[in-house]
Amino acid sequence: MIYVVIVFLWTAILLYILLGGADYGAGIIELFTSRANRQRTRKTMYEAIGPVWEANHMWLIIVIVILFVGFPKIYTTVSIYLHIPLVMMLLGIIARGTAFVFRNYDAVKDDMQKVYTPIFVISSAVTPFFLGIIAASAVSGQIDLQAHDFLSAYIFSWLSWFSVTVGLFTVAICAYLATVFIIGEADDEADRLLFTRKARRMVFVVMGAGALVFVAASIEGIPLLSWIFNNILGILAIISASISLVIMFFMLNKNRPGLLRILAGFQVTMILFAATYSHFPDIVMLKGGPNLSLLTHQGQYKAIESLAYALLIGSVFILPALVYLIYSFQKKKSSISGHD
Amino acid sequence: MDDFFAARLQMAFSLGFHIVFSCIGMVMPFFMCTAHYIWLKKKKTVYLDVTKAWSKGVAIFFATGAVSGTVLSFELGLLWPKFMEHAGPIFGMPFSLEGTAFFIEAIALGFYLYGWNRFNPWFHWFTGVVVGVSGLLSGILVVAANAWMNSPSGFDFVNGQYLNIDPVKAMFNAAWFSQALHMCVAAFVSTGFAVAGVHALMILRRKNVFFHSKAFKIAAVFATVAACLQPISGDISAKDVAERQPAKLAAMEAHFHTEKGAGLLIGGIPDTATQTVKYGLKIPKALSFMATGNFNGEVKGLDQIPKKDQPPVMVTHFAFQIMVGLGMAMLGIALLYFLALWKKKKWLETKWLLKLFVIATPMGFIALEAGWTVTEVGRQPWIIYGVMRTADAVTPMPGIAYSFYLFTAVYISLAVIVSLLLFRQITMVDKLYDSSTNDKNNSL
Repeated sequence: MIYVVIVFLWTAILLYILLGGADYGAGIIELFTSRANRQRTRKTMYEAIGPVWEANHMWLIIVIVILFVGFPKIYTTVSIYLHIPLVMMLLGIIARGTAFVFRNYDAVKDDMQKVYTPIFVISSAVTPFFLGIIAASAVSGQIDLQAHDFLSAYIFSWLSWFSVTVGLFTVAICAYLATVFIIGEADDEADRLLFTRKARRMVFVVMGAGALVFVAASIEGIPLLSWIFNNILGILAIISASISLVIMFFMLNKNRPGLLRILAGFQVTMILFAATYSHFPDIVMLKGGPNLSLLTHQGQYKAIESLAYALLIGSVFILPALVYLIYSFQKKKSSISGHD
Repeated sequence: MDDFFAARLQMAFSLGFHIVFSCIGMVMPFFMCTAHYIWLKKKKTVYLDVTKAWSKGVAIFFATGAVSGTVLSFELGLLWPKFMEHAGPIFGMPFSLEGTAFFIEAIALGFYLYGWNRFNPWFHWFTGVVVGVSGLLSGILVVAANAWMNSPSGFDFVNGQYLNIDPVKAMFNAAWFSQALHMCVAAFVSTGFAVAGVHALMILRRKNVFFHSKAFKIAAVFATVAACLQPISGDISAKDVAERQPAKLAAMEAHFHTEKGAGLLIGGIPDTATQTVKYGLKIPKALSFMATGNFNGEVKGLDQIPKKDQPPVMVTHFAFQIMVGLGMAMLGIALLYFLALWKKKKWLETKWLLKLFVIATPMGFIALEAGWTVTEVGRQPWIIYGVMRTADAVTPMPGIAYSFYLFTAVYISLAVIVSLLLFRQITMVDKLYDSSTNDKNNSL
């Protein structure tokens, strides 16, 4: 049963990065779009993410519930020592979720839009940035349960070059996913070219941000290279991600949006796999050990068992409905846009 | 401000904020679907317009409720980690099911909001019903989790260890039904009166009277039916609390001394130092009847509860008085409205009835917050009743006061913006929807 729960946890994290990430990316690329194209980009984006955007963020709730029901020790340790970045991320989530709705449901389109839009755009970048920081801090052994002063317990548990670069890398990934996603939503050839150019640029940004992570890891003495390359599956994951990136780069100007999405999704999946596989079952590394493991720090059997059943039952309802939702709004071109 | 108090206030504010949005988010879809149903059946445009106008309200409130709910799922750990470490696995069952219900709600809402003219009309309508039903289920599940804190079950507490946990038993704890019922009905009462009140105000101001009177009627019927059911559910709750949490009932009623044939206190200012109540009105034997079903039944007073286990009397008592008082006021309005519908049709054309509804606009939500205060403050000093103290659950991180200021500022600004948005949605009705202007000379 514990493995059912772990598979759900991993899948929910992945889907949150892919779907929620593309969603955050939609806001981020608005930040890097010239004024002339902004309106067009925004409109395309809104049409694309509107129907699914609430659902995209549910994955985070699933992750949290799995953690606190199944792995309470892990949930509470992270909650205590990463309190500050978690609060920052929450503020981002509040600001973004509400600003998105406000700007679309304000009956009067006036100067208030100038309030909503910057909030939406900035929080779209801030939220994944802190998500990245939280993830990096959890795996890099910065949390120190023996710390006695405020700074080392609650600040240096997450503030490091490594965490910050992973935060930036996460932001880049989100923007990358969004640019690849939006190509398929373009209404005409001009838009498609515009978005393709953007996607090509984002490939370099992601690679640059990834390189920064390795530099930061080596400065701080975090054995990132050996984490990834000390096992055959990790190596395979990274190699296949790289190959797909190359394929992707040459396919960008061919009109194959579906394939591009699959490739981008595949790359992110492989990165997450490589990043988590070598530690498995450990999930939170503490300074001076011992690490928190999904296997040794799981809740009592009954809790895990009922959680697994709840997740299995839930997925029977959620997955078909979600797939149908995404499918329904993919064929948007052929139908009238009836929403007002 | 000390960290413990700041943490409690932050949690109270977060919940107090979330509760309003989630209640509207779970009840408005039912109003919306009712209007939608009438539109599909009768094909009168005004109902389509009401449906669309309300669906925007649902979208705004759902999104705000969803983010504030997400924040809460983190805050449980950020503020009360020692509680979550032990409670998480035990009362997690309703949360894991709630995740599903909430997810379904989000998916259905996507279909509904963006599905106009895309799907079979009845399928589209059905997705709206799914929004409402799954929202209601989410609410019931979350309240079941809260009920577990009031009546912990599904584990053995041995030497500080939580053993033999049974999440299903924990979910169906002794308090889940009475609490969930009271909460759901309260959600209908408060949302119903708030919506009806706003539309009543617009009718009185003679703005788009046709549109607003249709909307008013749907909301008012939901509100008044729920207001009549609430006292019954309140009675179930009272008997339940008397049995399980005598300390809470004693604090609600400022009942200091154990008594047979105890009187029901109305109003009054309790003084914990002298254990007396000033200026209160007592209905003889009514408390005994309310709590035990017997006019001479014994009701435990605070004198039976050790000092360190007593909840704050003042806050609990006042909150309870506010809740009951407003509940009764709304019940009165509901009865007048029914009388008007069945016997005195003329009343429906008078202004005073509408004015009463305008006055009642905030009543439901004030009563809701007060009721929430009763159940939460009345549980103190426990976070898990009789098992873990709230003070022992708080995070070790210092400086929570700053976090409290920050979140308070955020919630206040959100409340302001949401109010502005609603104000605009309401005042723009005649520009957004045609039908509202069709019938200008329609009288009250």
